Amino acid sequence: MSSKISGATLQRRPLVKKILEGADGNLLVVAGLGSSNWDITNAGDRPLNMPLWGAMGGTVPMGLGLALAQPTKRVLVITGDADLMMTLSALATVAAQQPDNLAICVLDNEKFGETGNQASHTSPRNNGPTGSGAGTDLAMIAKGCGIADTGTVTEQGDVAQLVKDLRAKKGPVFRLVKVMVEKLEFVMPPQDGAHLKDRFRQALLGRP
Amino acid sequence: MNAVATIDWHDQIFDVLQDHDIKQVYHVPDAGHGKLIEACQKSNSMRTLALTTEEEGIPLAAGAWLGGQRSVLLMQSSGVGNTINLMGLTKTLRFPFLTLITMRGEPGEFNSWQYPMGQGTPKVLEAMGVLVMSVDKADAVKETVDHAARSAFNGGQAVAVLLRQKLIGIKTFGKK
Repeated sequence: MSSKISGATLQRRPLVKKILEGADGNLLVVAGLGSSNWDITNAGDRPLNMPLWGAMGGTVPMGLGLALAQPTKRVLVITGDADLMMTLSALATVAAQQPDNLAICVLDNEKFGETGNQASHTSPRNNGPTGSGAGTDLAMIAKGCGIADTGTVTEQGDVAQLVKDLRAKKGPVFRLVKVMVEKLEFVMPPQDGAHLKDRFRQALLGRP
Repeated sequence: MNAVATIDWHDQIFDVLQDHDIKQVYHVPDAGHGKLIEACQKSNSMRTLALTTEEEGIPLAAGAWLGGQRSVLLMQSSGVGNTINLMGLTKTLRFPFLTLITMRGEPGEFNSWQYPMGQGTPKVLEAMGVLVMSVDKADAVKETVDHAARSAFNGGQAVAVLLRQKLIGIKTFGKK
């Protein structure tokens, strides 16, 4: 059997750096556990980042609660395919609320990166005994849940538009970005959840 | 007795939630909470979110708190198990959390499928460090929910109020 590879060429670290470039007090970021957390931290740790170290499946709902509480700020959720997969139906809850300030960016490497790059459900089918997934298309699922503005990005040439959409386009915006499987160094933010929460609120609200 | 019988505890819970400046109300469809959910939906000061699973309610509440808003999760005991893993967030982030739980699977319950989670509800909540309060009399609902909200939003705790089946009434499916 020939082994299919996703053929992704985008590298997540420079991509996330680009997405967060010039982040100011109007941009609130929630990142899912594992690689997405390290990615946003690599771009520059800041109080208005909420990098999760756990709570798998909770990233999108956390972004939604925040977006509804802060309708004048831009809320950006950056997470991985497997984190989203754990609470897919949260996308329907997002669609029901239609928050116009929420953007969701899923970095899809088709792997469970933190546990040794096992194939996730977004990996292609018939990809060998250990590399097969289901070929799940998360952008199609987002659309099916009722998020009208969805898209998939695979090319470097589409990154500038991706950044614009995530930062400024009327939400809810959902973007699936196919990224390479890479071995990258851990770039860790503070781990204490209460501290992360308090510094976030202090920066946003002026009180912990 | 008449005074007690005419107390509408659903209305009283709504008033308490409003007094505590609750802005986001998370719920799944529920007969026991039905009247309260409708009152919240009609309110101008609250936003209601219908969830696909109770689990969503915990990170939603965390996100709302990050953004400076208070919230409440309305659910049935049968949904409590869905929340337990993410309930850990209340400990990790140490944010105020309030949930009101209508109980099933208590003595008198008709549906055997409701017993396991109903009976397990207080135990699993306590195991996750949630402060569990309980009320089975209509005239004690207002005070209990008010105390729970104070413990949550003034005291910074994760608090659950169990609205006991004795209070809500036994679901009969039309049978006696």
